[in-house]
Amino acid sequence: MPLLDIQSLVVEYRTPKANVKAVDRVSLSVEKGHTLGLVGESGCGKSTLGLSIVRLVPPPGRIVSGQITLDGINVVRCSNEKIRRVRGKRVGYIFQDPMTSLNPVKKIRDHFVEMINTHEPGVSREDALKRASDMLQNLGILPERIDDFPHQFSGGMRQRVMIGLALALNPDLLIADEPTTSLDVIVEAQIIELLKHLKEALDLTLVLITHNIGIVAETADRVAVMYAGRIAELGEIGDLFEKPMHPYTKALLNSVPNITKKDQILSWIPGAPPDLADVPPGCLYHPRCPFVFDRCKNEGPQLLKHDNSMVACHLYDKR
Amino acid sequence: MSSEKPQGRILIWFLPALTGLVRRGLAGWAILIGSAIVAVVGVITVVSPWISPYDPIAINVGPILSPPSFEFPLGTNHLGQDMLSRVYSGGAIMFQVAILSVIVCLVVGVPVGLYASYAGGHIDQLASFVMDSIYAFPGLVLAIAIAAMLGPGVVNMALSIAVVYVPSYFRIIRSQVLTIKELPYVEAARMMGAKGSAILLSYILPNVIASIAAIATINFADAVLTAAGLTFVGLGLPVSTPNWGWDLTYGRQLLTSGAWWVITFPGLMVVLLALGFTLMGEGLSELLNPRLQK
Amino acid sequence: MLAVTNLRKYFPVEKSFLDKLLTSQKNFVRAVDDISFSMSRGDIFGLVGESGSGKSTTAKLCLKLIEPTSGTILFEGVDLAKLRGEELRRFRRNMQLIFQDPTASLSPRIRVGDAIRHALSFQGVGTASEQIERTKAMLERVGLKPSSSFYDRFPHQLSGGQRQRVVIARALVLNPRLVIADEPIAMVDVSVRAQILELMLELKREFDLTYLFITHDLAMANYVCRRIAVMYLGKILETGPKEKVFESPLHPYTLALLSSIPVPDPKAKLERMIPKGEIPSPINPPKGCRFHPRCRYAQTVCSEREPGLEEIRPSHHAACFFPR
Repeated sequence: MPLLDIQSLVVEYRTPKANVKAVDRVSLSVEKGHTLGLVGESGCGKSTLGLSIVRLVPPPGRIVSGQITLDGINVVRCSNEKIRRVRGKRVGYIFQDPMTSLNPVKKIRDHFVEMINTHEPGVSREDALKRASDMLQNLGILPERIDDFPHQFSGGMRQRVMIGLALALNPDLLIADEPTTSLDVIVEAQIIELLKHLKEALDLTLVLITHNIGIVAETADRVAVMYAGRIAELGEIGDLFEKPMHPYTKALLNSVPNITKKDQILSWIPGAPPDLADVPPGCLYHPRCPFVFDRCKNEGPQLLKHDNSMVACHLYDKR
Repeated sequence: MSSEKPQGRILIWFLPALTGLVRRGLAGWAILIGSAIVAVVGVITVVSPWISPYDPIAINVGPILSPPSFEFPLGTNHLGQDMLSRVYSGGAIMFQVAILSVIVCLVVGVPVGLYASYAGGHIDQLASFVMDSIYAFPGLVLAIAIAAMLGPGVVNMALSIAVVYVPSYFRIIRSQVLTIKELPYVEAARMMGAKGSAILLSYILPNVIASIAAIATINFADAVLTAAGLTFVGLGLPVSTPNWGWDLTYGRQLLTSGAWWVITFPGLMVVLLALGFTLMGEGLSELLNPRLQK
Repeated sequence: MLAVTNLRKYFPVEKSFLDKLLTSQKNFVRAVDDISFSMSRGDIFGLVGESGSGKSTTAKLCLKLIEPTSGTILFEGVDLAKLRGEELRRFRRNMQLIFQDPTASLSPRIRVGDAIRHALSFQGVGTASEQIERTKAMLERVGLKPSSSFYDRFPHQLSGGQRQRVVIARALVLNPRLVIADEPIAMVDVSVRAQILELMLELKREFDLTYLFITHDLAMANYVCRRIAVMYLGKILETGPKEKVFESPLHPYTLALLSSIPVPDPKAKLERMIPKGEIPSPINPPKGCRFHPRCRYAQTVCSEREPGLEEIRPSHHAACFFPR
């Protein structure tokens, strides 16, 4: 039984102009202990998908239909009380910007204590502090820094604190939304190594949301490629990189520079992602696809199994 | 701006602007209702010479202090003047004072604000010092003090209101300019070799105009109230001009004798006009700020 | 074409009022601390580094957007420090900047075409209609066709990639000789980045441009640049042709950077040499070699003396006592 199972999730943003389907009938699942990479460019819906797992989609966004099951809990329909207990305790969330996600007037130790006490009120302050300093050690932060304020930490350190807070209650699932985007190259590598280490040590299940194909290649077991709110391709990491199926996946992989490859020729995708308020008919990618044929313009492809992966493309749909 | 016929442009702008405003929710409605109120009051004021049943300053057109009746729908005051006519035409002065004070503020406050905050350094420090000092005074008190020095009259009232208000313009402009001048597109303009004046005019001013408009409307509202207030304390205008302020003054005294209608209707008009401007101003700032949130 | 010698830029650090009273010591952020490099015509030079390395400050110094604390910058023999006022304004057409954030570099209230045309009008080039013609031609050249439709649009009506093209068009419409590009594709979608880079390379051939790229993205620098200089905490640690610097790096910091880049290939065996710790503050950089506290090969001498930029291999320089 997968730890996280999403079925036909639809998340809409209702604006005066139009209803925008940020997530359109997305289905995927993550087994316990695995890492899923959720990859896509800006506006593809990956962040919204991450937020819906903990029901934190900001208004005017709403989960319109579909199901999210987290270890047996129905996330979409459970009570507010229940979902608040899920957040932090069952699911840890690392938000995109560590600069603004910490309370500037609270010491780091207070962040941890508050986190722990909210969910486990029985825990004494000493125990909470002990857990916090253990956690900080795991993160590579000197324990005496627990009394510092966020502004005294650098970007990389703050991100480690965020990771620590997300893991403070030993959740089963960790969702990381662009955890390294605002960080320098070397710090990024440090954080990725840290995540890999923690994944092993704590037997974490990880959903890594990013536009950076490189870090996905390093950490993920399976990858879901999103485009305009839908999943284009979903498969094992090796399959996806060696034998990408969806034209978008192929084009995306060809547009990322690989410093180990000599004389690489990069390509790009002409045009731009569709305006989600005004989507083209049929396959959302068809206006930019070099393999487009008639069926693509009229009929939206379904996510179907092909070889070991799932693809939403008529090229692989022989029905 | 690209070349288009101005007449057509106004119309083409007007209708979509209306619907656009309605769609923007509460803020849009605020602007619509506010402008409607102001427009209605304005129109009444303008056509008052034609619709006033009596000459507003003619005395003894009716019995003294008669309550609202068919003949005098809003009653008469202690001089036998028709309140309805006074209410119709009392707004003219208000508008004049308000518009004049806003003009003065724009002509003085905007260039000073732009120039001082862009130049920075000592000029900015000096200007800020002066402006902050003025700002520190309670508005009405300062206006009274200046009006007392200058004497009565529309222009003097407008000037005293303007002096009180210029610092607000200065502050808003300054805070915006300080942010904008560090933005990459201003840097880009400098890279292209633009002169300071060109940068101010083409790059900084258009992005600041929005907040200026918001503050200008609040300025109108405040001017209306202050004008009424100044007249109320006897510093505004000669009695001969129809003026809600005078009605308020006398109306207050007459309240004790039971003639509630003298103060009420002009008072309502003052409040209404101020409300209209305030709604416009608040709506505008609502609209213009959250837009950045997009 | 561009010769930078012993360039320094120190920013004074604001002290609290109490500190001002108690101490007379001034603290400086040593953003750029004695760097020298040169570029010839037609070069594509990449200035690579992390945050705090001083690369962006160097760009601003070269463009004379800020003044150096000391050192000289010569552009085609002209000492930038001697330019002032009107002469400086006219000089600006020789060097242009492509910004990182395409949205922030365009005024939201100016139409895209006018934004480009302003470059020409500020420099007094041609008549109004000539300026419009040249602008339209430039729009077409960067791929925004039909230019008549794009001219009147506002930035928010364009996609990120399109906005960046407008920024490029604006930078090039004056036919500058040197173009400094500060992270030109960092804020553009991944699938469109290569398109912008290709455009820049095409334009280089067509207009005979020289590029200085500022970036932290080594993979991008590898793709597009011919020569590289690696900066750290205000100093240049290594410089040389791209192939040599990226394939056989000399400086441990360059090695660390290269091994930290995520590689989009799950099968790649990564020999990670990630240094511990973080970049120290540029107010109080480490004594001796700036990188020594984090360097796994550091020896005593590294904390005492600062290595100079020496030619270790032909045209390949590194500032290290123990290059690899």
